[in-house]
Amino acid sequence: MSDVCIVGAGIHPFGRTEGRDGMDQGVYAVKQALKDTGVSWEDIEFAFGGSAASGAADTMVSQLGLTGIQFINVSNGCATGGSALNAAASAIKSGEYEIGMAVGFDKHPRGAFNADPASYGLPNWYGEAGYMLTTQFFGAKIMRYLHEHNLSTETLGRIAEKAFRNGAKTDHAWRRSEVDLETIMNAPMISDPLNKYMFCSPAEGAVALILASEKKAKELGMPMIRLKTSVMRTRPPGSFEVFAASIDVERGGTATELAAKAAFEQAGMGPEDIDVAQLQDTEAGAEIMHMAENGFCAHGDQEQWLIEGKTEIHGELPVNTDGGCLACGEPIGASGLRQVYENVMQLRGTAGARQVPGDPKTGYTQVYGAPGVSAVTILQR
Amino acid sequence: MSAQPIAENLFTSDMSALVGARNKETGHIFFPLPLTPNDNIEPIALASRGTVWTYTVQRFPPKTPYAGPADPETFKPYVVAYVSLPEQTMVESRLTGIEPEDVKIGMEVELTAIPLDPDAPPSEQVLIHAFKPVQGE
Repeated sequence: MSDVCIVGAGIHPFGRTEGRDGMDQGVYAVKQALKDTGVSWEDIEFAFGGSAASGAADTMVSQLGLTGIQFINVSNGCATGGSALNAAASAIKSGEYEIGMAVGFDKHPRGAFNADPASYGLPNWYGEAGYMLTTQFFGAKIMRYLHEHNLSTETLGRIAEKAFRNGAKTDHAWRRSEVDLETIMNAPMISDPLNKYMFCSPAEGAVALILASEKKAKELGMPMIRLKTSVMRTRPPGSFEVFAASIDVERGGTATELAAKAAFEQAGMGPEDIDVAQLQDTEAGAEIMHMAENGFCAHGDQEQWLIEGKTEIHGELPVNTDGGCLACGEPIGASGLRQVYENVMQLRGTAGARQVPGDPKTGYTQVYGAPGVSAVTILQR
Repeated sequence: MSAQPIAENLFTSDMSALVGARNKETGHIFFPLPLTPNDNIEPIALASRGTVWTYTVQRFPPKTPYAGPADPETFKPYVVAYVSLPEQTMVESRLTGIEPEDVKIGMEVELTAIPLDPDAPPSEQVLIHAFKPVQGE
């Protein structure tokens, strides 16, 4: 079976762009990706794409060209981008196609996501009594994690400080100014122990990736960035997910642990083989938990790792080199693909001021979201 | 009419316990009762005492569908916890009778009912579930 290669990548800057809707940002990213690859829209044989709040991706053809392309919409919550990539890779691996695209885009209103209890199978009182907030879930989950593993709240601040430091070096990031640890730790609390610098915001943005068979990638003469694996998993019993009116006394594993294990097995690698990683950081606590759930460090070692700077751009395992969701915001449909975009830049050596030194050859991404889904990719040059 | 619970089937009729759900086949217990009846699920009175497993504090007024007091000027932050009821389940619940700064994981708490809006006229009050610290033990 031939390897799948990522031969082109395009991004619409994340953050807020007045006067340009989510779909238009998607089209922008597709055009950037085509230009990056040196092909035209007519050359693309198929596409998978999606958004959570900005419409059906396949309607993009009216702006890109009515080539009759097979264009399948993906709607998988926070894993939409990851699932689109997964499906695109499978289409090429099957041998049916040589070159295709995965695209994700979104544009969300300001402020925390507003959710309807009924759509989660919950009674109305759950919302009326004030439980229908994702921020509460994140606060309660990391509160327990810090307690269990004896980590200080300053660990959260260090994650945010790193995110803004990296975001300041990143063209596509939204938050482009550094914030010092003291300012972060003294900011107003949102949902304890998480304060306003420790949460990402719903935002806007788009990413398109062009995938090709190994043979086609060689013809195009692009750097060979191989997608060694793309795995998506749903939650096991006893996980702790958003909008849970009760959780089991008997605790279990996580979707991320399942996805990470499968991805490393399929790629024939281990965490020690990864040179750069992009891990879901909806809030600062998520990055802490995901460092361990993906197997990069033991539970409880995160604070020491951060103090030693191991996850800085110049550290042993750089994590969230573009500032992650904390600095880029979270347009749901695009967020997972942004992570892959960033690794493509890092492995090509074109990440500019945020370039990981030492010629990185392997890149890992992990996206996590409601209602307990996780998607992992591993790239290798 | 006196204050009423915010929903049917949330508390037992004497308000002494929350109503959970038990799967008759697997014994799995969860909360609350599902919206649609299911032959495999039976109601069960949950334990009224437990311990705080984790918590957070709601520091800003929630948007709709929140129906409690939401004026940003007067909003009072509230504690949301998961209370572990031994060998049953962990229930998401507000804590009452304690300041956010004093909450500790592992502390013992017991069930009570509190008005969603303490300033509403008594005849219009709705009651929600909450746990309060166990006193003097």
